[in-house]
Amino acid sequence: MINLVWLVPLFPLIGFVINGWGRNVLSKSAVGFIGSAMILLSFGVSVGIFCELNAADTKAFIIPLFDWIHAGNLTVPFSFLVDPLSSLMLLVVTGIGFLIHVYSIGYMHEDAGFAKFFSYFNLFIFFMLLLVLGSNYVILFIGWEGVGLCSYLLIGFWFTNASYASAAKKAFVMNRIGDLGFLIAIFLIFSTFGSVEFAKIFPQAATMVSGNGTLILITALLFVGATGKSAQIPLFTWLPDAMAGPTPVSALIHAATMVTAGIYMIARSNILFTLAPQTLEIVSIIGLATAILAATIALTQTDIKKVLAYSTVSQLGYMFLGLGVGAYTGAFFHVITHAFFKALLFLGAGSVIHAMSNEQDLRNMGGLRKKLPITFLTMMIGTIAISGLPPFAGFFSKDEILAHVYQHNPVLWVIGVIGAMFTAFYMFRMLFLTFYGNFRGTPDQEHHLHESPKSMTAPLIILAVLSVFGGFIGVPEVLGGSHWLAHFLAPVFETPHAKMGELALDHGTEYRLMAISVGGVLFALFFAYTKYIRNAYVPLADVDKRSLLAKISYNKYYVDEIYDALIARPLDALSSFFYHVVDKLGIDGFVNNLGKIATEASKGFRLLQTGNIGFYIFMMVLGTMALLIYGFCKF
Amino acid sequence: MELVRLIFLPLLGALICSFFKQGNIARIGALVISIISLVFTIGMVCKFIPDASTQFLINYTWIPSLGIHFKAGIDGISMIIVLLTNILIPIIILASFKYQYKSPHSLYALILFMQMGLLLVFTALDGFLFYVGWEAALIPIYFICALWGGENRIQVNLKFFIYTIAGSLLMLIAIIYLHLQTPNNSYDIADFYQLKLDAATQAWLFWAFFLAFAIKMPVFPFHTWQPDTYTEAPTVGTMLLSGIMLKMGVYGVIRWLIPVVPLGFAAWGQTALILSVIGIIYASVIAFTQKDIKRLVAYSSIAHVGLISAGIFAWNIQGLQGAMIQMLNHGINVVGLFFVLDIITRRLNTRQLDQMGGIAKSAPQLAISFLIVLLGTVALPLTNGFIGEFLLLMGVYQYHIGYAALAGLTIILGAVYMFRMYQQVMLGSTNEQTSVFIDLDPTEKIVLFIICALVIVIGVYPQPILHISEAAVSNLVDQVNQKIVLSK
Repeated sequence: MINLVWLVPLFPLIGFVINGWGRNVLSKSAVGFIGSAMILLSFGVSVGIFCELNAADTKAFIIPLFDWIHAGNLTVPFSFLVDPLSSLMLLVVTGIGFLIHVYSIGYMHEDAGFAKFFSYFNLFIFFMLLLVLGSNYVILFIGWEGVGLCSYLLIGFWFTNASYASAAKKAFVMNRIGDLGFLIAIFLIFSTFGSVEFAKIFPQAATMVSGNGTLILITALLFVGATGKSAQIPLFTWLPDAMAGPTPVSALIHAATMVTAGIYMIARSNILFTLAPQTLEIVSIIGLATAILAATIALTQTDIKKVLAYSTVSQLGYMFLGLGVGAYTGAFFHVITHAFFKALLFLGAGSVIHAMSNEQDLRNMGGLRKKLPITFLTMMIGTIAISGLPPFAGFFSKDEILAHVYQHNPVLWVIGVIGAMFTAFYMFRMLFLTFYGNFRGTPDQEHHLHESPKSMTAPLIILAVLSVFGGFIGVPEVLGGSHWLAHFLAPVFETPHAKMGELALDHGTEYRLMAISVGGVLFALFFAYTKYIRNAYVPLADVDKRSLLAKISYNKYYVDEIYDALIARPLDALSSFFYHVVDKLGIDGFVNNLGKIATEASKGFRLLQTGNIGFYIFMMVLGTMALLIYGFCKF
Repeated sequence: MELVRLIFLPLLGALICSFFKQGNIARIGALVISIISLVFTIGMVCKFIPDASTQFLINYTWIPSLGIHFKAGIDGISMIIVLLTNILIPIIILASFKYQYKSPHSLYALILFMQMGLLLVFTALDGFLFYVGWEAALIPIYFICALWGGENRIQVNLKFFIYTIAGSLLMLIAIIYLHLQTPNNSYDIADFYQLKLDAATQAWLFWAFFLAFAIKMPVFPFHTWQPDTYTEAPTVGTMLLSGIMLKMGVYGVIRWLIPVVPLGFAAWGQTALILSVIGIIYASVIAFTQKDIKRLVAYSSIAHVGLISAGIFAWNIQGLQGAMIQMLNHGINVVGLFFVLDIITRRLNTRQLDQMGGIAKSAPQLAISFLIVLLGTVALPLTNGFIGEFLLLMGVYQYHIGYAALAGLTIILGAVYMFRMYQQVMLGSTNEQTSVFIDLDPTEKIVLFIICALVIVIGVYPQPILHISEAAVSNLVDQVNQKIVLSK
């Protein structure tokens, strides 16, 4: 099966071509079937690969396809790498991706661009699979930029709305800023190691000293790339705007693909990062700062998708925090569990929006739990899972990260736990505002309220099951588990384990840490319960006055406005200045003046052409004499 | 003999076209001739052995008293540009079918005549022949722009003409000077390569050649003729200028500048590289706020050529190989872009961005083709542009990481202005005119299909093209580097 790994990305590509080409011919059911079936086939192959790899003794297989670029000493083979990291990622991408596809059959059914939507979706999965499977940085980069393109296409799916189209452009451009960092990192890697292949780079890197300047620069540049793709400070503002696309797109971007790319890439480069502790320090600080910043913004948002979007930014921050303190397994564990519950939450939100006739404002919802029982129950599970209450999936992965953070630096741990409390608060706030209390929408909306069709609720149920039990792949030893995930990934994270050591907290400390974070979460839950259910508080309307802190949070710290004032507008001004002053007046003016001088001068010379033959002869004689004199002087 | 046939077939075509006053015959004749040229070229590519040697060599004594030979041949470097020329000419002719030009026979005759000039430039191994080709390519394009261009064509064209002629004259002086230095009274490029001139002489020769080539490309700050000329020229003219003609400058640098005066290059190459990098950023930033779509793409072309030029002046295999494949890619992409803009302009009777919007809704096929060409232009992986930009930036990186970081800004800035343009033209809500926009017709579909297919095929499997020029490029790089080392 491993030798057939090229089938995994091939199926979605075929789906993209068929649905793209036949978009005007194929019926909706055919399109939906083809689009989903291709991902299911990929998932099937991925399962086969996983089983084979699990049984095999060697844990890394390279499957070459063809030589892609060859120039001088540079060779970039188009080849795939199958190892524990990539095979798990394949399962997540194709598995969750498949569920989102099935869900979209119901969700997008009325949309005129149904076939276009599915072809883009397949393309998205294709590029994500390239990203995951690439055996070198350049193939990874193909997928890296490819998902950027697909997010552009899907965020701007309803492109006739100008602001949606702008959101799509913003996503692409912000990603590109990070991509430049990544690209230069690739050049630096090539000039340092003479190759772009993982298998050639990492063994060389493992012999280098920790804190090597080149490694620090390489990892810092790679991290710049990761901040773009995985929406970290300062490049995070595109992700909340990305909700302009249809809701399943958000599920795909936030859960199965795209934003996990940055984490994946750093986990893949774990050897380089482990040997660059200074970069890791930056990674952990940026991660934590993003986690807190996004969490505080989510506290006051009133759009159900915005709350979820900022929660993703925040959760990604935790993953980077985990990477920064060397909890590679924990961070990757969180990628997996987060994929379960975030896909669930977004699809659940989609189900709510669907039922509410495209209403997204929490202030106009309320009391939906009776009308949407399945959606309610599954979203409740998702909310508990993301809040990190045992024994749901999020608890184990978050706990693992936080335990490592504590060992690294207790201060960061305290901030992390406060962030977790924020998380629990805003998530339950969202849940309570949506499903409890009285209905606050229009009578018309109330009349239309309905539970979603089976194609939408079935994925919700499966994801809910995963969100409940998914954490059991990594139950730590302190809770009586064996942490299967850590063992499975051990070959990939060998170097960091050897260099940075394992988690060395005694059981008592671990229990205390867990108790405190769970207690904090329960407290936040209770607080949200009191505010939004007991006191039935509804967030203020946009026109109402807010306190200063609430206003800052509600307006997302004005980051977009700051970027606009500091970067976008100055650049436009510079553009006009270059064009009108430097180019037109300066350079072209200079050229035109040269032309004018030539014209003026020729006006003078023209007077010499009098037509008087005597004058010409006189000049000829003068000229000949001059030549003769020149000749005599020379010899 | 194959090369003689290749060079003079367009001339024959031009002669035939000029006799048929009926527009249809002239244009179909021109298309047929250009397709035959393409078939010849593909035959030659198949026969071509990708080593460092010069093949299909022809060498006739032309004007013996002056030591001028009709000497031409094709190595890997020439092969790629000859291929580019002969792929693009039929596409450009086909793209012009929509127009009812006045006196079409002259137009098509001029296009084919220009093709001959271009082929001479790209294959000549004799300095004088190179110069003849250089001017033979310039004169037809001057007439094409002057006779079929927009309102301000006369004034704009005059500037273009004087600008390039000034550059050519400097080059002519340099060529004659080199000729006078040869021991055997020759214009042969091989003899030029053998000359051992002192560094000071090479320095001024460097500038004489560089100015001619820099104007043609154009490199900042010798570019101000370009946006006006591109904007005022008829679409065929713009395509010829941007798709093929500017590669004369690029090719000139690779063949006639750096190897001829390696010490001049060693002294001034960095200056040229810096100018190129400035041009990338400067032109990209200007493209941000352009309101006229044609002018916007014209500035974007300055930025893209700036990167090609920077990759060459970095003078290593990755940079040069990147330049080679990017010449091909840029030709394909820029012709595609100008063709798309032409379709839009023709339907809407305006080039102003603020009068567009929402076209994707009424014309989905155009929207897809436009997007594919655009992705090639912004160098998305798996499109042709990526291979070129990746290698070029890697080349510049090996010269200096700082220049690579600055030149690399093109991937961000390019995305900004290109996607901004795409958004303003294709997305958003429709207006009165764009809501009834008619999608592609059959000819347009063919042209765009070919271009999009090239964008993707080269992007997915570039190796055959890289392979054509690899040996020639690495040989050239070694030669020059050896000379520079020896002189020290």
